[in-house]
Amino acid sequence: MSAPRDAALLRDTSPDLDDLRARLTAIWDTPRGLWGFLTTVDHKKIGIRYIVTAFFFLSLAGLAAMVMRTQLAGPNRHVVTPDLYDELFTMHGTTMMFLFAVPVMEGIGIYFVPLMIGTRNVAFPRLNAFSYWVYLFGGLMLWVAFLFNQGADAGWFSYVPLAGPLYGIGKRSDFWAQMITYTELSALAVAVEIITTVFKMRAPGMTLDRIPIFVWSILVMAFMILFAMPAVMVSSTMLILDRLEATHFFDVSAGGDVLLWQHLFWFFGHPEVYIIFVPGTGMVSTMLPVFVRRPTFGHLAIVVSLMATGFMSFGLWVHHMFVTGLPRLGESFFTASSMSIAVPTGVQFFCWLATIWGGKPRFDTPFLFILGFIVVFVIGGLSGVMVASVPLDTQVHDTYFVVAHLHYVLIGGAVFPLLGAIYYWFPKFTGRLLDETLGKVHFWLALISFNLAFFPMHILGLEGMPRRVYTYPSDLPWADLNLLSTIGALLFAASFLLLFVNIAVSLRSGALSGDNPWDAPTLEWAAASPPLPQNFTRIPLVTSREPLWAERRDWPVVGGLRADRRESVITRVTDAVPQMLDSSPQISIWPFIAAIASSLTLLGSIFTGWAVIGGMLPIAVALIFWFWPKGTKEDES
Amino acid sequence: MNEKISLDISHLPNHGFGPRTLTWWGTLAFMSLEGTGFVLAIGSYLFLMVLAPRWPLSSLPPDPVAGAVVMLLLLASVPLNKLLNRWAHAEDLPRVQYGLIGMCIFGILPLIARGFEFGSLRVRWDTDAYGSLVWFLLGLHTAHLLTDVADTVVLTALMFTRHARNGRRFNDVADNAFYWDFVVLTWLPIFFTLYIVPRL
Repeated sequence: MSAPRDAALLRDTSPDLDDLRARLTAIWDTPRGLWGFLTTVDHKKIGIRYIVTAFFFLSLAGLAAMVMRTQLAGPNRHVVTPDLYDELFTMHGTTMMFLFAVPVMEGIGIYFVPLMIGTRNVAFPRLNAFSYWVYLFGGLMLWVAFLFNQGADAGWFSYVPLAGPLYGIGKRSDFWAQMITYTELSALAVAVEIITTVFKMRAPGMTLDRIPIFVWSILVMAFMILFAMPAVMVSSTMLILDRLEATHFFDVSAGGDVLLWQHLFWFFGHPEVYIIFVPGTGMVSTMLPVFVRRPTFGHLAIVVSLMATGFMSFGLWVHHMFVTGLPRLGESFFTASSMSIAVPTGVQFFCWLATIWGGKPRFDTPFLFILGFIVVFVIGGLSGVMVASVPLDTQVHDTYFVVAHLHYVLIGGAVFPLLGAIYYWFPKFTGRLLDETLGKVHFWLALISFNLAFFPMHILGLEGMPRRVYTYPSDLPWADLNLLSTIGALLFAASFLLLFVNIAVSLRSGALSGDNPWDAPTLEWAAASPPLPQNFTRIPLVTSREPLWAERRDWPVVGGLRADRRESVITRVTDAVPQMLDSSPQISIWPFIAAIASSLTLLGSIFTGWAVIGGMLPIAVALIFWFWPKGTKEDES
Repeated sequence: MNEKISLDISHLPNHGFGPRTLTWWGTLAFMSLEGTGFVLAIGSYLFLMVLAPRWPLSSLPPDPVAGAVVMLLLLASVPLNKLLNRWAHAEDLPRVQYGLIGMCIFGILPLIARGFEFGSLRVRWDTDAYGSLVWFLLGLHTAHLLTDVADTVVLTALMFTRHARNGRRFNDVADNAFYWDFVVLTWLPIFFTLYIVPRL
């Protein structure tokens, strides 16, 4: 039963654009004050919250790293106790992986995917709001527990039996395991939203081959989350059951197995690396054409490479377990698969180099960070190919060589593109440009200090320095390189301070950017800076892969959406032919309440299993109110 | 730039069914991630089974009667679920209401049988790793069963209110039927794992 067309309905075809803009702004706007803060479903506000919260957790994890580096600056130092050191490196790794790297990429995806595909919000905006609150509460729980001497202390991959009931003291590993439930719940919700948004809400005309590469990368990330994160949810639930309900999943004496944990964890843990890295490459592919003034070379090859990386990332996990005594055939297979994933990444690198080669580079800060990414990530990739080999991995396993490798890959592969993207998209967030001079100083300080901090770790690892030791004796030749590394780490932290100063200053007095300061081709730059609550007053009609370069005079749009309620265009998955005019939900307090009920249930379950039973009713009530129709115009069909 | 309306889409409908809708894709995505969880849980069961000298480790295989009753009830619900889906597409409210009441009954009956099933496992969760896995698998499926039944009950109540005469609600009913298929289908490999595999 398609709705009868009511000619009296207010639609966006009226010629008075100013009136239409004001009307839609009023409809899509979030109320000011605390109520608006708690109830908003605007993807831009939630995306920014994700990004700011992720940087807050980055700062905490960075501080933990600074304390560790101060402890290791010389031999036999006693800045912290061995026990606190265990907590610090666990909190550092856990926070960086679960509370910074993945959420910051999700946040950027949540903010930009709707803008880049020409729609007004994500699919399931209330689920989006819920996902943020759950993420926030999970992260805060982990750090508040740390303040009460209950910080996780068994490493970011929380191996059993160390994290199990026999050796894991107090509630430390319980908080870790439950934090996983919070953040994975949040990430899975975001993945579902992103997949649905990209599949069904692209602006008319945005066929598969016109989707921006950044959107592809976020889509691939979402699929990886969808199939990888259940593994860590299953395993962390088993861990907490072993600890609290006396089950025996990982208890060898009762038929369990510790390697089951490692398999499940790394089945998630290896794709996790690519969940972080793939959006970074998407940022590079999106920014690069802008700064070399030509379309990306090999668009199709890059998209296929992203997908290949996503698929292949599920076939490498055992290379984290080479020293566990697995059959040789298995080790050989995983060596081959680990090396072969370098191929799609290599294809992307050659496409980027060809893009730069054929263009006219403009050395603005984002472009510098792209160049930094290429250099740093290639070094990390090369040491990655080295540790993919079983004999070499056996030699350097659990040494600082691996610490160097993973930081080159993760900071090089994800943080450098992310920093470039912050400079690139800051005008879209705020309407102001970041300061270029400070930006360039930031880049050079970050590049030099990063290498100063982490390159010596390769040598330390080859010299045999193990990971996760709180100190080392003075008769081993590790002191000078450790001191160098500590100086580098402190300078690297200072480079982030410089970024924060730049942001603080530019927010108040940065140069006004206008809508499209870089003359970029993708749709987010067709929106105002910062975007209006409705993103686009009229939904664009996409005719090209670089719409803002292709349509410089007339801007084709679609008309016919209602102007008296929140409405979006639903299009076909493959060719983005319009199929429906669907409404988008209004603000709601219930996602926040549902998140509180869920969080209290999860928190309570650390202390008693009855919390799960007791929490079911409040969660169910919150969800019923969340979904129960309110009789608004958005509910009309 | 001058905005130019190049395509009028005011004639498009405001709701639909199946892959046209956001909720269908969202449901499919949730089924994919939950299905991955089931696969990994079954994988864990097989992993420990292969390592074990005997399986079950220290108990008898579970009594299959209650599990089989759950399976029969779930399979018996499939025709009505298919009909309900068809009635929802036809936006036939009276039939949808009857169908939903039927599906509530078809949801609550397996839940009751499930209670007996936990009692017939012949092993506790804290006996050994086999017991832990059996309870984990059954618990995982019960969580899904319980969630969908609760959802069906609320939806049934909703379809008896003034909000029922709305295309969106019929789409909700169709998506609920879609998810029920998933709950039924996932029980087949779990039943096989719990009751057949230890007897092989």
